[in-house]
Amino acid sequence: MPFDTPPTGHNGKHVLPITGRGLVLERGGRRIIDNMDFTIEGEGLSVVMGPNGAGKSVLLRLLTGLLKPDAGTVSWAGARPDRARAPSVGMVFQKPVLLRRSALANVRYVLRTGGRAERTRLAEEALIRAGLAHLSKTPARLLSGGQQQRLAIARALAPDPEVLLLDEPCANLDPAATAVIEALIGDAKARGTKVLLVTHDVAQAKRVADDITFIHDGRIDEQSPAAAFFDNPQSPASRAYLDGRLMV
Amino acid sequence: MQDFGAAFGEAFGLLLGLDPALMEIIGLSLRVSLTAVLISGLIGLPLGAILGISRFRGRSVILVLLNTLMGLPPVVVGLLVYLSLSNAGPLGPLALLYTPAAMIIAQSLLVIPIVTALARQTIEDMHGEYDELLRVLGVGRWGMVATLLWDARYSLLTAMLAGFGRAVAEVGAVLIVGGNINHVTRVMTTAIALETSKGNLALALGLGVVLLLLAVVINAAVMGIRATAARSAHA
Repeated sequence: MPFDTPPTGHNGKHVLPITGRGLVLERGGRRIIDNMDFTIEGEGLSVVMGPNGAGKSVLLRLLTGLLKPDAGTVSWAGARPDRARAPSVGMVFQKPVLLRRSALANVRYVLRTGGRAERTRLAEEALIRAGLAHLSKTPARLLSGGQQQRLAIARALAPDPEVLLLDEPCANLDPAATAVIEALIGDAKARGTKVLLVTHDVAQAKRVADDITFIHDGRIDEQSPAAAFFDNPQSPASRAYLDGRLMV
Repeated sequence: MQDFGAAFGEAFGLLLGLDPALMEIIGLSLRVSLTAVLISGLIGLPLGAILGISRFRGRSVILVLLNTLMGLPPVVVGLLVYLSLSNAGPLGPLALLYTPAAMIIAQSLLVIPIVTALARQTIEDMHGEYDELLRVLGVGRWGMVATLLWDARYSLLTAMLAGFGRAVAEVGAVLIVGGNINHVTRVMTTAIALETSKGNLALALGLGVVLLLLAVVINAAVMGIRATAARSAHA
């Protein structure tokens, strides 16, 4: 590079805070998201928790712009979501979507700046951080489930996003693979990436969360720092959920 | 059946001896059909990809038409191209009738719907899987088309081979617009029709064997491509 630009800690395009105001999403006459206000900002690892069907994944899709709300607005750093800033929003799906290419090519695909050699170098670094360097030439879809999810996270982190959104990334993984994923997410957080993790796994939330948003029936039921939430949940629904009672 | 057996022997003699007349006909056949498939790919693959990722009013009508065109009778295509290229037709001044170019045009028209329809199906399936990822990455419409075409390359190659099989085996269209002129527009299928009617069974059979072998090669290639794709988890 001819000029050294001061590091911004991410790729330079601001998206935080990501804000949803008055969000409503209806499907088949049912309000999946019911007049919700939600903001992603600050640092650390936020967890969105709640039972299946509470609207957690849908909320993520609204905040990333994948779904258009029936009412309400989503903004990234005060402006409407746009394609140019998409690299600043890393997203990992429950079931990893991997291109029919090598692991390395999957990561290189999301890097849009620099020449091919530079992008290859950055992609290799991302694979090293994810412990996948030895599999860089392997077709991505031949990797194991845990490796595939690690690759998806490495790919989401490769452009150095400002925020990493994860939708139940460990839902289909065994404990060993889950531990590796959580370590990877912890690394991202330590390097200053804001992380939002959607999960219905109470134990996982306890292990990693800095703060908790509990969602029930398309509404935010409770929002507290993690310690306070687990010690003394305020809402009846979150109390029932933590107690392991079945909510129907 | 003395003649029949003798014709077979003679046919293999022509093949093994690389008979110049036979080779000329095979060469022209391959040149015309491969060019037509190449043109069809350049048009049909992007068109199929765009159809595969787009949703608009009247799309299902277009898909029905497209699937209908896949089974277009070659003689009808030949007739339409003939009418366009004949002296009185709109493209008459180009003087393309009874040239290999006319045959390439006719075969392209036959193959484009096949490549387009198969590409559309392949790309649509893959798009269902990739859509959210590519959108979250901020990939635009044309970037999506390029990504899907590349990642579906094995399936699309088999679509092209299916098109080639159709092109090289059809007789109606090339006969009408090419005219089966010796040394100019005589290809395998038209030569077989002519030589059979003339009673020259050896040449007809020799060409028939070549056509069959080509079909075997195409199908083997399709299977090979599928196996390769499965090995690298492309399928």
